[in-house]
Amino acid sequence: MIAELGLAALWLSTALAVLQMVSGALGLKDGGNSQFAIYARPAAVVQAFLAVLAFFLLLYAFAVTDLSIKLVATNSHSAKPLIYKLTGTWGNHEGSMLLWVGVLALSGGLLAGLERRLPEKTMSATLAVQGFVALGFYAFLLLSSNPFERLPVPAIEGGGLNPLLQDIGLAIHPPTLYIGYVGLSVAFSLAMGALMTRQVNPNFAKILRPWVLGAWVFLTFGITAGSYWAYYELGWGGWWFWDPVENASLMPWLAATALLHSVSVLAARDALRTWTIMLGVLAFSMSMLGTFLVRSGVLTSVHAFAVDPERGSFILALLCLYIGGSLVIFALRAGSISEGKRFSVTSREGALVFNNVMLSAILAIVLLGTLYPLLTEAFDVRVSVGPPYFNPAGAIFAIPMLMVMAIGPLLRWKEDKPARIQFELALVASVVIAVIALVAILGDYGILPVLGLALSIGLAIAAFLPLRGRRLRLVPVATWGMVCAHFGVAVALFGMASESAFTEEKLAAVAPGDVEEVSGWTIELESVDPVAGPNWTAIEASVLASRDDEAPTRLAPQSRNFWSPPQPTSESALITRWDGQLYVVIGDQAGVDAAGNNRWQLRVWWKPFVTFIWYGGLLVAFGGILSIAGRVQVDLKRRRASAMGQERRDDLDALGDADAADGPVSEPAE
Amino acid sequence: MRIIFAIPLALFLFFAGLAAYMLTQDKAQTIPSQMIEQPLPEFSLQPALDGMPGASKSDFIGGEPRLLNIWASWCLPCIAEAPHLERLKDEGVDIIGIAVRDQPAAVADFLSRYGNPYSRIGADDISALMLEIGASGVPETYVIDAQGNIRYQHIGDVRAETVPLLLEKLEEAR
Repeated sequence: MIAELGLAALWLSTALAVLQMVSGALGLKDGGNSQFAIYARPAAVVQAFLAVLAFFLLLYAFAVTDLSIKLVATNSHSAKPLIYKLTGTWGNHEGSMLLWVGVLALSGGLLAGLERRLPEKTMSATLAVQGFVALGFYAFLLLSSNPFERLPVPAIEGGGLNPLLQDIGLAIHPPTLYIGYVGLSVAFSLAMGALMTRQVNPNFAKILRPWVLGAWVFLTFGITAGSYWAYYELGWGGWWFWDPVENASLMPWLAATALLHSVSVLAARDALRTWTIMLGVLAFSMSMLGTFLVRSGVLTSVHAFAVDPERGSFILALLCLYIGGSLVIFALRAGSISEGKRFSVTSREGALVFNNVMLSAILAIVLLGTLYPLLTEAFDVRVSVGPPYFNPAGAIFAIPMLMVMAIGPLLRWKEDKPARIQFELALVASVVIAVIALVAILGDYGILPVLGLALSIGLAIAAFLPLRGRRLRLVPVATWGMVCAHFGVAVALFGMASESAFTEEKLAAVAPGDVEEVSGWTIELESVDPVAGPNWTAIEASVLASRDDEAPTRLAPQSRNFWSPPQPTSESALITRWDGQLYVVIGDQAGVDAAGNNRWQLRVWWKPFVTFIWYGGLLVAFGGILSIAGRVQVDLKRRRASAMGQERRDDLDALGDADAADGPVSEPAE
Repeated sequence: MRIIFAIPLALFLFFAGLAAYMLTQDKAQTIPSQMIEQPLPEFSLQPALDGMPGASKSDFIGGEPRLLNIWASWCLPCIAEAPHLERLKDEGVDIIGIAVRDQPAAVADFLSRYGNPYSRIGADDISALMLEIGASGVPETYVIDAQGNIRYQHIGDVRAETVPLLLEKLEEAR
């Protein structure tokens, strides 16, 4: 019954998406006077409710392990802990696609339900686009990836969930990332709606901004969580692998970061109109491209789902429809939008444009590196593009971007003289140079980590300079958001640079009782014992780690073997200190030592300040939240003020006070 | 319509065409060794058990093309491929074995249970040859021509249907 209800909810949502699309389009055609146009908003809201309901029904089927549903039978197991039964809902292709569609419908519903400031015609166009996009993904779900498909005969036991996914990371990383990805669909629809109705103006930018910020906050958080998950779960000691699917999450983030800055320029100065529209299209296009790369199997990745060329073709068709379609409209219409107000190179806009271009260049670098293997494979050459390409090529654009990011917020809008901020410039420059000199004296490190360290410290100071000379209580919340996010970038950069410059690694074959040293840590292997969990067995090492004179901490890295499905995983053990992390992995048995004891591979890393990478990511996301809160607060104040003004005018009208009505009504200050 | 606004569309169309083409292509799931069509690396391995000769590169030079079989007594698929190697031996093929990370007693036990198709077996105790030859696992079988060049790599166990293929490749390598 649950499966049928879920399927019915999905089909109803699909019908409502058609209604939303058609009535939105009619509203666009008849200048908002069509009697059908009124259906677009309720259709979006009810559709959101039904699609989310379908998702919760699947969640329930996983929670009770309903083995008559094919998806549950192939991807879950009755012996799994409840949390992994629930998170397993989106640990597979169909379920994650349902989550994707549910978030898509929810974003559309929220847009339709909450947004009242946009001109009706633009809103109709936006909802039509949102309905059109949703329709394609409903079709994909129902026609080629039905999550509610029944088995002719219920299975006796389920196939289990990939053990790498049996982790709390699965509860956090995919949902937040998907909210970010699909939240960008609203930016896409709004951009198309504004483009079609020629409403690209500051008012539109102010409406667009919170949606972009919201999606961007979730993306930032999702990427940060995913990076930490890969770091501790894969047991490779790295936090970013330039895997195609990681890149697929980075690209929308880069586009969204550029977008939220250009949207601010549009809102404040009515400049960068076509550029903002282009980024709105690009951000969600990158989300869809990521979906295609993950699910079609054209590229090899650790995230690969069960690969099916038919599904790949389906998504590629959707891509052509949506990305291709929007780019055609862009090509035809963008010429009719004037570029907006001019500004000088040394101005806030100038700095933001520069950073937009740099972000787009990094995006292009990542996109090229991700798709390059696809291109060479067409000529039967198999290549793998990794850090030797991405790091230096990205840094060429990231370093100037970070420099401008340090001073950009200090500049005034429209036009400014560098001489005005010479104290700040000198301060940041001298800090950067001092750090470079200091690190160069201390040791022999790579150029990128050294530059990264110097820039991160310069940027950390620069992030707070916009507050200089201001009364902190009066600084708008949104400005605090910017300070926090920029400081977060500096913190994350510091972590990355420190990790790559100062990490020490030791790989040793040790027998119980042996002692190893890494960067001031003493590591003793006490014993190695078999242990068993609910759905796995493991070899667990007991390791004593201590630094200086402190009492040793016991660590228990495991080499696990899951039996449903059978797969080995490595459970790393970590000690987190304020200045870094000790990362211990136990490997295979490595022969016998002279005394006849079994030896084990033990891999130990000391990673100074590596945690700053994720603290920084969280700060960036928190900065985004502050910024949204600030904008919403200002907006609500303004609405309340104008509502009060309206009330007073109404009162005056009602009193029939001719003098007051004819005379200039004093508007409350906005 | 300004041409600059059509650039994103053109780039996307190029990608879509490429992706569509690649979707229709068969995707090879294995990565062949970069050593194919290259001479064998120099090596000289001790015998893996008493009473049999070890293996070195010079054993592959001259005469007929030979098979190089990477295996181990601890490897389960190697048990499955043993009868098919036996068939190849019956066809007159000279098979030189490389036992990876093995013990003489275990090798002798394996051969007495599952037969011995090898003319010589070298002991690769630290997987050195395996790495140099570009093997991705155990078992793997290579066709080596009489000049000591690697001509063909078979990844995984030799099955009934692989036997004619290997014979054909040996013929080509003459």
